[in-house]
Amino acid sequence: MHPWISSLIGGVMIGLSAVLLMASMGRIAGISGIASSLLTGVRDQGWRIVFLLGLVAAPWLLSLLRGESAIGAPVVSWPWMAAAGLLVGVGTRIGSGCTSGHGVCGVARLSRRSLLATVFFVVAGMATVFVIRHLLGGVGA
Amino acid sequence: MKMSTALLAGLLFGLGLSLGGMTEPSVVLGFLDITGVWNPRLLFVMVGAVLTTAIGYRLVWRRSGPWFGDAFHVPDATRIDTRLVLGALLFGIGWGIAGYCPGPALASLSGGYASVWVLVLTMALGWWLGARVPTPAR
Repeated sequence: MHPWISSLIGGVMIGLSAVLLMASMGRIAGISGIASSLLTGVRDQGWRIVFLLGLVAAPWLLSLLRGESAIGAPVVSWPWMAAAGLLVGVGTRIGSGCTSGHGVCGVARLSRRSLLATVFFVVAGMATVFVIRHLLGGVGA
Repeated sequence: MKMSTALLAGLLFGLGLSLGGMTEPSVVLGFLDITGVWNPRLLFVMVGAVLTTAIGYRLVWRRSGPWFGDAFHVPDATRIDTRLVLGALLFGIGWGIAGYCPGPALASLSGGYASVWVLVLTMALGWWLGARVPTPAR
């Protein structure tokens, strides 16, 4: 299958997951929100934990079925991974969402905040890649 | 039933991410690299996900409430503030460094790469720290 087609199908599956979560729990499928709320002692943790278990297990199951890993290798060294994780964590928490909560669910319901956040994090991501790859010549794996 | 539905939703999400190529940081960074060899796969994922969600939400919201809850919880904030913009910018910089946003980071934990665990741990630390950033006075 052409990678663009499998990406479109993958996107539809993510959308179906978001619709299922709204129909069943009445909640936005925002991964940063669901996962970070477990750290701050939200009530009704059970479904959130089970949802995240499914999210973690699915690529592993797909890899078993295919006989090859569906998970790609990191492209930067671990100190950069650590720094990136911290920025992603702090940013999604104070910005109230990530690619799923703002980018998919928020844009789908035409939320002004989510549309703006999505533009900002995509542009910041593009600027960062430009600086690292084309100005600094990469940070090394 | 509630737990099986949550598991199904999680599996669908994780399967969608991996079929879409989002568990490969090189694909994600390839999308962000607009002046290099641009990889449009992330755009196809977003178009599929946003259209499906936009149509599905409208069908779901015709009902009086969710199957296992009291009401539909949709964020009602409309104010564009510093927190939103600053948060999105910090997130975007972190995303551009390593090519992981929260979903793909968690979905990549089983890949056998120790540095993915490092990223998820510092991301969790960031969530904890971010929750302690005071809301500026209005």
